[in-house]
Amino acid sequence: MVQLTMAKAINEGLRRAMADDPKVLVMGEDIGKLGGVFRITDGLQSEFGAQRVVDTPLAEAGIMGTAVGLAFRGYRPVVEIQFDGFVYPAFDQIVCQVAKLHYRTRGNVTMPITIRIPWAGGVGAAEHHSESPEAYFVHTSGLRVIAVSNPQDAYVMLRQAIASNDPVVYFEPKRLYHTKGEVDLDVQLADAPPMGLARIAREGEDVTLLTYGSQVATALDAATAAEDDGVSIEVIDLRSISPVDYRTVTASVRKTGRVVVTHEAAREAGVGAELIASVTERCFNYLEAAPQRVTGHDIPYPPAKLEKHHLPDLDRILDAVDRVMDRPNSLSGVLD
Amino acid sequence: MTMTHTLTPTADLATDIDDVARLLTPDGERIADPELDRWVADVDAATLRGLYRDMVLLRRIDTEGVALQRQGQLALWPPCQGQEATQIGTARALRADDFAFPSYRETGVVYARGGKPSDFVLAWRGEEHSTYNPYDLNTATQQIIIGAQSLHAVGYAMGIQRDGTDQVAVAYFGDGASSQGDVNEAMVFASSYGAPVVFVCTNNQWAISEPVTVQAKFPIAGRAPGFGIPSMRVDGNDVLACLAAMRWAIDNARRGNGPAFIEAVTYRMGPHTTSDDPTRYRDKEEVESWRRRDPIARVEALLRSQNEFDEAFVASVDADADALAAAVRHAAMSATTRPPLTILDDVYAEPHSGIDEQREWFGAYLNGFAPAEEA
Repeated sequence: MVQLTMAKAINEGLRRAMADDPKVLVMGEDIGKLGGVFRITDGLQSEFGAQRVVDTPLAEAGIMGTAVGLAFRGYRPVVEIQFDGFVYPAFDQIVCQVAKLHYRTRGNVTMPITIRIPWAGGVGAAEHHSESPEAYFVHTSGLRVIAVSNPQDAYVMLRQAIASNDPVVYFEPKRLYHTKGEVDLDVQLADAPPMGLARIAREGEDVTLLTYGSQVATALDAATAAEDDGVSIEVIDLRSISPVDYRTVTASVRKTGRVVVTHEAAREAGVGAELIASVTERCFNYLEAAPQRVTGHDIPYPPAKLEKHHLPDLDRILDAVDRVMDRPNSLSGVLD
Repeated sequence: MTMTHTLTPTADLATDIDDVARLLTPDGERIADPELDRWVADVDAATLRGLYRDMVLLRRIDTEGVALQRQGQLALWPPCQGQEATQIGTARALRADDFAFPSYRETGVVYARGGKPSDFVLAWRGEEHSTYNPYDLNTATQQIIIGAQSLHAVGYAMGIQRDGTDQVAVAYFGDGASSQGDVNEAMVFASSYGAPVVFVCTNNQWAISEPVTVQAKFPIAGRAPGFGIPSMRVDGNDVLACLAAMRWAIDNARRGNGPAFIEAVTYRMGPHTTSDDPTRYRDKEEVESWRRRDPIARVEALLRSQNEFDEAFVASVDADADALAAAVRHAAMSATTRPPLTILDDVYAEPHSGIDEQREWFGAYLNGFAPAEEA
């Protein structure tokens, strides 16, 4: 075990995946000499050469479309999209090509492409640099969607994503890049939990708090704070938001009977809506209260000086916990 | 930078169909071209007959496709009549281990790469998205999103570079696709990395109802040199010119000189698809003028002038065309739709809990329709 930041854990994950398999190559804007704007690919080009750590033109559809061709040829491209809000120019290639080619060819062509996206807000960035587009990809069959929350998961799940024969959209929370944690770099992938398995980040009895990626730390803080109020929260870090590990989720909900979901992305038709619909279908008779969502507002991402009012924080999560516990809360008397 | 047979900006628009490299006149007269001649120096009467045969068979597949659609056997068909020389001429220049990325209209490319009768019709019948394994034909699934495959070809070519082989990738797209970002990004990537890829732009004058002048105010081949890519504008109804230009472009790529671009100037004689009504947007006279430039008649005239178009040859080509048409029809009419539960297959390469769950539920639902067992 070593102490690593998430950034360094991802860097190590890339390095070891490239060392293990000559078909793995990394491509994106500024990832070579610069090492990426977040230095995630630091040192990789000098170690593996420009043929495997490919600095690309500034063209997201071009990066994604050429990755499709490389995958056709038997390569395993790991593509870096420089920021979340820049993935949209590549959207067609991701949802129409990367996601569908295996299906269109009856399984003859595989698209083992990992799409790394530095993701979400909380770092005071400029417009288009803090977005949460995960619902678009969760809605697209053929893609797996991962959102990591700590260095160990970031390392292991990146390597699992690269090893997977399916395309994986891999969200990296920018604001956790410099968070340190214990990482077992020598973990055998065969021994690690499967990529789609959720993690019970904290056990509890009264409320199931579902979240992923950037919000896991906030959710854990909320659980600690709630304990002082006598409410025991079970925090589930979904890790995979497509597919969702409903076995773990429903076991928890059947125990607690109360559900809160939190994510940074906007509310309408978001991952939270899907989670609550699915949990309700599966666990309706176990629910003691209507499930609640704590999300970003249904607005374009706001200017950085105002983002704290957009991002779900500890107090908004606790307010939702009060709602499912039928305690006085911000909506008491408002929506009656 | 090579760019031949291309107009200056002041000369004319993209519609000039005569400023093209050509080896066969519309009357079938073999003419010299200093750029192209050496690439077809080996083409003898037998080869010409083979190209003629390919084009006749392709036209027959196309005719059968239209007929099957009109008879309700296919949901849609994208006719390629008029474009036989472009498709056959370029595809016959490829080596078996080269890799083609065609669009939905490149029936002739799939034919030339070894497609079976079922491969031409079952996708349009709605039985499969792709009937062939791309690795069997070294040809990607035909692309419907306009121009998306151009990037795939470049990426594949980047893979060829890394593998150190002398294969070539080919991207086929139309004049409409030249407006797409993907095609332009493909040219940027191909040029920047010197990828062994050939871009074949079939300028058939119409992108559904939009004339090429809406896409281009200057010959499309003229764009490639701006990306650092040599280009050639050829008569797309001249199978010899298409073969020669493609051999030039492939040779350029095989020798490590990077991408090349061919604009084949031709005409889509039929509708965009069988759902389209071209009488709403183009003149009969225009269509008739192109009928006089027919790519098959042109080769027939040349073969006749060489006394190579005898009755036995015609009879054998006709018999082959009849047999192929019958096989295509049989493939459509005898198609069996696969079982409903298989629509959940191959969404993912590896087990997926969401799909597994839906398969379990849908399977149980379907079983509910099974006849009850006799008591």
